Amino acid sequence: MQPGSLSTFLKRGAIWAFIAVELAFFSVAGQYLSVTDTAFLDLDNMLLLLKQSAPIGIIALGMTVVMINGNIDLSVGATFALAAIVLLDSMTWPIFAGLGDWVIPISWALALATGVVLGAINGFIVWKTGVDAFIVTLGAMLGYRGLVFMYNGEQPTSHLNWTLIDFAEAQVLGLHTATWFLLGTVLVLWLVMNFTVHGRNAYAIGDNREAAVNAGIRVGPHMMINFMLIGFLAALSAVVFYSESGSVNPNDGTLYELWAITAVVLGGTKLTGGSGSVVATFGGVIAIQLLRKGLGYIGADTETVNLVIGLILIAVLFLDRQLNVKGRQELRT
Amino acid sequence: MTAAALRLENIVKTFPGVRALDGVSFDVRPGEVHALMGENGAGKSTLMKVLGGIHQPNEGTIHVGERPVVMQTPQDAKALGIMFIHQELSLATELSVAENIYLGALPTRGFGRVDRARLHADTQRILDKLRVSFGPGTKVGDLSIANQQMVEIARALTVDPVAVIFDEPTASLTDAEKVVLFDVIADLKAQGVGIIYISHRMEEIFRITDRISVLRDGQYRGTLDTAETDEDEVTQLMIGRALDLSRNTSHHQLGDVALEVQGLSCGRLYEDISFAVRRGEVVGFYGLVGAGRTEIAETLFGLREPSKGRILLDGSEVRLGSPADAIAHGISLVPEDRKGQGLVLGMNCRDNMTLPQVSDLASGMLTAEGAETDIFARYHESLDIRTPSWRQTVGNLSGGNQQKIVIGKWLAMKPKVLIVDEPTRGIDVGSKAEIHNLIRGLAADGYAVIVISSEMPEVLHVSDRIVAMFSGRITRTFSSEEVTEDALVQAISGLSEKPAA
Repeated sequence: MQPGSLSTFLKRGAIWAFIAVELAFFSVAGQYLSVTDTAFLDLDNMLLLLKQSAPIGIIALGMTVVMINGNIDLSVGATFALAAIVLLDSMTWPIFAGLGDWVIPISWALALATGVVLGAINGFIVWKTGVDAFIVTLGAMLGYRGLVFMYNGEQPTSHLNWTLIDFAEAQVLGLHTATWFLLGTVLVLWLVMNFTVHGRNAYAIGDNREAAVNAGIRVGPHMMINFMLIGFLAALSAVVFYSESGSVNPNDGTLYELWAITAVVLGGTKLTGGSGSVVATFGGVIAIQLLRKGLGYIGADTETVNLVIGLILIAVLFLDRQLNVKGRQELRT
Repeated sequence: MTAAALRLENIVKTFPGVRALDGVSFDVRPGEVHALMGENGAGKSTLMKVLGGIHQPNEGTIHVGERPVVMQTPQDAKALGIMFIHQELSLATELSVAENIYLGALPTRGFGRVDRARLHADTQRILDKLRVSFGPGTKVGDLSIANQQMVEIARALTVDPVAVIFDEPTASLTDAEKVVLFDVIADLKAQGVGIIYISHRMEEIFRITDRISVLRDGQYRGTLDTAETDEDEVTQLMIGRALDLSRNTSHHQLGDVALEVQGLSCGRLYEDISFAVRRGEVVGFYGLVGAGRTEIAETLFGLREPSKGRILLDGSEVRLGSPADAIAHGISLVPEDRKGQGLVLGMNCRDNMTLPQVSDLASGMLTAEGAETDIFARYHESLDIRTPSWRQTVGNLSGGNQQKIVIGKWLAMKPKVLIVDEPTRGIDVGSKAEIHNLIRGLAADGYAVIVISSEMPEVLHVSDRIVAMFSGRITRTFSSEEVTEDALVQAISGLSEKPAA
């Protein structure tokens, strides 16, 4: 075995080991503390967990790509809400009145296009002005949320389409529609990041932007594509979620950006860019959802859950530093 | 004989799978400048980390004076009077000189307030010793690199050091600045401080050191008295064989003019630059740091817009707005700062090598991993890159092998013109010769090559023609037959204002 491969193995496997520990803990603890009779590892419970992971999960996967690229996107929660409004509201527009259920694909397309456009605006500004993505998307987070409120004030936007709800609630091979979208996104992004030119260049730009420029890579377009990608995924997340719920409040999606970043970081992607993995982020998403569900299962309330997740995030990153030699050296000085 | 200032006995340091130091023993006497030499990867940095309290040795003892010591942290080393002048400066550029020098030990006067009067007085005393021109209140970011290094040295003088370790201190200094540094080292020596001097530059080693200790592959190879040895003996000890240090005499069949530059100017960085490079020819650009050589290279690579002049490739004028343009026209640049500008350190060897052509090789959107691995295998072999596999992260390779990856990256693009800026900066003697041979080989293969270097032996060794620059202008062009060292030194120091040949 080559030197360093053990620690690499530990790091890659860490998030899955953490998930295994969570499962074991909640199964055992649940037998004494559970407020219900069903076992924690019950299949339906796990399938539901996957489904509930989807909205933040899909966004977190896109966030992974943007962060590997060396950027960040704080506007995803607002994009999510705006795409949801476009989805539900466009189904009631008079010009689509004669279409019957054919309005569904049109509304989906409109919502997804909204996400892509909002992402493109972020990407374009980051590219052309050179302002840090953190600042640009912080502004976009406030701005896009403003658009959400301009649309319908404090009122929720609602529309129920039963065909759509049936589709969203369907289970194919046991998995819910939302789960399929989540897994599909994992697969597509994994392929993109590992087997395409765009993925390779995204890693290079995130690791050393100057070296990437010197290799003739056009940095701007790659960044712009990634912002469009995460905009699209934020909208896809909204499409998947609101097809079922049918009603969006103007504050929906608030703090989603932070939950997404939490999952990405828990999965081991570096804040500074250049390294990370969408599959590990998927693990991070599952780990967070397991914690929420598990703590609820043994009777903890929401406030406690957030406190515990926060503590665990810091503990995990501390452990990660301990696992890598360089980090340990930095701690000593 | 007095006790050594610092004595190491049989130091062993192992990392998982590597024996980085294998029984290293040597001593530094008070008032001695002791060179520590060895190729990259010979164990110098590990040894320094042991002396600095960053690593703890598995075996062996360190003595300071008569006393055996154990150093657990960098603070321990400092408390014992072992000070470091690092190659990479670690200064807070927004703070003043005084604040930097006393960082971590600022004098206070109750309630944590900084005692500025004392701080500045103490700092001034140290600065006087170093005979520098700046004051304690100057912002470090406003100083030149050389003066920043002086601040770093001043920091080591805040305590009474037993030993001061200089790690490649002249890497970014001009000749004049080096003289000042050597004076400072002589002063320290006169005060009875033991000095360990790490450098790849033979000329300096022979100018200022008393003894030379050599490491090879983590093992101690012996200590020589500087006065009784020569470069060849040291080199042999370092690499285990003799080196060819002769001047370039081989000339290849010259082809057409590949690159021609006419009257190129860029603000005050350089003015009225005209030259041509033929296929099969190596043109060396020699001059002091700041003479405008790197800026010309950056212009040719599309990183800097010229204010005037024309660039012709194969006889037709081109406009180079970005590195992507330059690459498309067949111009490649091996940059001066390998790690900052050339390599993606977190990526593996293969992906670094194919970085500029991932999309050219790709079929549609998908990367062509097979073709990429083939390219790596080709240059792995022909450039003799020492790495177990293409999967190795580039950041883990030695400087020489990293440079070969960058060169391989551009050779794989089959460029018309290859510009190499400081090809062997921070690279050990053995790999230097390899890279020089490599550059000659490229000319033989019909590449037009521009080499920019601050090292005269290097320029002499690789160039068919040498362009001497001074202060943004070409002062003279020499052919390799007519060049003499004296004339070259004159040409780059502005002493002879002859027009360009």
